Amino acid sequence: MTPLQLSAYTLTTALGRGLAAHREALRAERSALAPCAFESVDLDTWVGEVPDVDAQTLPEALARYDCRNNRLTLMGLETDGFAERVREASARYGADRVGVFLGTSTAGILQTELAYRRRDPASGALPDHFHYRTTHNAFSLAEFTRDHFALEGMAMAISTACSSSAKVFAAAARQLALGTIDAAIVGGVDSLCLTTLYGFASLQLTSSQPCRPYDAARDGISIGEGAAFALLERNDAPVAGTVMLLGVGESSDAYHMSAPHPQGLGARLAMEAALRSAGLGVGDIDYINLHGTATPANDSAEGQAVSALFGDTVPGNSTKGYMGHTLGAAGAIEAIICAMALTDGRLPGSPGTGALDPSIPIRYQRHGADAPLRHALSNSFGFGGSNCSLVLGVTA
Amino acid sequence: MSAAPLQAWINGIGLIAPGLPDWATAAAVLRGEAAYVSAPSVLPVPLLLPPAERRRASRVIRLSLGVGLEAVTHAGADASTLATVFAASGADGHNCHSLCEQLAGDDRQISPTRFHNSVHNAAAGYWGIATHSMAPCQVLGAFDASFGAGLLDALAQVAMDGQPVLLVAYDSEYPEPLHAKRDTPDCGGVALLLSAQRSAASLASITVAPSRAPAEVLGDAAMEGLRQNIPALRALPLLQRLARGTAGPVVLDYLAPMQLQVDLQDLRQ
Repeated sequence: MTPLQLSAYTLTTALGRGLAAHREALRAERSALAPCAFESVDLDTWVGEVPDVDAQTLPEALARYDCRNNRLTLMGLETDGFAERVREASARYGADRVGVFLGTSTAGILQTELAYRRRDPASGALPDHFHYRTTHNAFSLAEFTRDHFALEGMAMAISTACSSSAKVFAAAARQLALGTIDAAIVGGVDSLCLTTLYGFASLQLTSSQPCRPYDAARDGISIGEGAAFALLERNDAPVAGTVMLLGVGESSDAYHMSAPHPQGLGARLAMEAALRSAGLGVGDIDYINLHGTATPANDSAEGQAVSALFGDTVPGNSTKGYMGHTLGAAGAIEAIICAMALTDGRLPGSPGTGALDPSIPIRYQRHGADAPLRHALSNSFGFGGSNCSLVLGVTA
Repeated sequence: MSAAPLQAWINGIGLIAPGLPDWATAAAVLRGEAAYVSAPSVLPVPLLLPPAERRRASRVIRLSLGVGLEAVTHAGADASTLATVFAASGADGHNCHSLCEQLAGDDRQISPTRFHNSVHNAAAGYWGIATHSMAPCQVLGAFDASFGAGLLDALAQVAMDGQPVLLVAYDSEYPEPLHAKRDTPDCGGVALLLSAQRSAASLASITVAPSRAPAEVLGDAAMEGLRQNIPALRALPLLQRLARGTAGPVVLDYLAPMQLQVDLQDLRQ
């Protein structure tokens, strides 16, 4: 593919708001996971909750979008000067030439969960103030973002479970390459809700401890929430130090709804496609941000795929021990973590991971280290067997 | 940079809608050769799925597999090789209702199957299991503009990769109380097999560009009702042109103020 510039990017997770907060926490290898105290949830698990989401208010004109997910969306958009960069792009190219491509797994479903507790005792009706379209629906965060910036062009929500906000890069890259748009807001937002907390618990995939990716004793995920955004544009002559999206690879497992292909065949196809798309070989990759959910099956499958392709030569780790598995937002968050690693020349660590699983022969990087980095690969794999890998690079 | 045209050949069509169990029936109605008779949507049994998955197959899965396979069969294509784009305004409404109802009660121990069927990409996941396709699947939504969003991504994939792409746009209903907030009346879906190259199966070529013109409405009140009430069926004016064999431009609803002008050419008579 033709490389695309990440002209602005930002992320908000349990570690805090923005690049500086994350840079500091990544370097300190500080985990933001804490025992779950979210809403009325009664589960023995740890989560990565973003502080002060409910203190965020939406502009009056967009009040119909009000829900935890869109509050988090706005927090994310208004961090690191990202919103200003979007407004500049809209002014430069036109409001119909900036596309919106956002990933989510559950959008504002929490609003519906809460509304179901407040059904009319006689009629069973949901409360009048509940707005399905602008909160629960998967498109709500993309429509909110489009309306917030008064954009008039294409927009879509991509919802492929935990690969959602990696696949937005693929969809946006296609449209930018074809010239149907000149800039794209890509990213992902997912927020804590009862469906995912109780749902992953029902599958016995949540850990009662902070998650331990690739640890021999790993026993499940810690669910997190977060928002991450990037502004993608074409740039034929980027200045040194510019982070570029170089390749995207997508595949399907065609295996099972909630279990990965045992040997990670779909994962391998996605990584190979991403390398092909970037015109790079396995020897060109300097860091792999693994999907690394910390379930026994997922890490084993991904590890086999990475080992088959890269052997034990390329340092890689999962950063989910920092802020949890942010589900549909994870792909975008981890792409931004790769962007930071590339610009900082610094491999992130892997809080929570202790003794590595000896049956997974990859070069797992437990602790951070300074290293010259040119190209990073980011993996995202979702329920339903939807896989996406991204290759990012920094210009010399 | 000026936009490259989003262009493809339509090689196969699938359709399921209330009163319209397949594309042949719908085409006859769209040509005015048969009267539209309202009836609940008929969803085929997904015989391709292994028995365990078949038992769990919800309405959206039967719907999306049904329209997708009809388009693939119509085109004489091999489903196991096809990249797919699934576009839907929502996921499985009945499953979602059950989850929300249970999570509002005292016993929140929800069923694992209900949970993994709640993801927006459940239909795409079952499609992959049924067809053994490891090709990329994109799953997206844009509320009432979901068909247009799916068409834009599918055409972009055709243009970028030169490979055929199966677009499956489908919607299903929520039961009450959500039905009062989102009143999609029944299941409905459209599938188009899009290809970069013309072949013996090609029915027409389409070129898509943004427009601000109003969307074409259908003359028949019942068909117009379907177009308005089931987002995937915003495709009906395009399908009417295909059924009638009339070349020329048709504007489809997308996301205000942006609409999609679809120019049909080279229709097989």
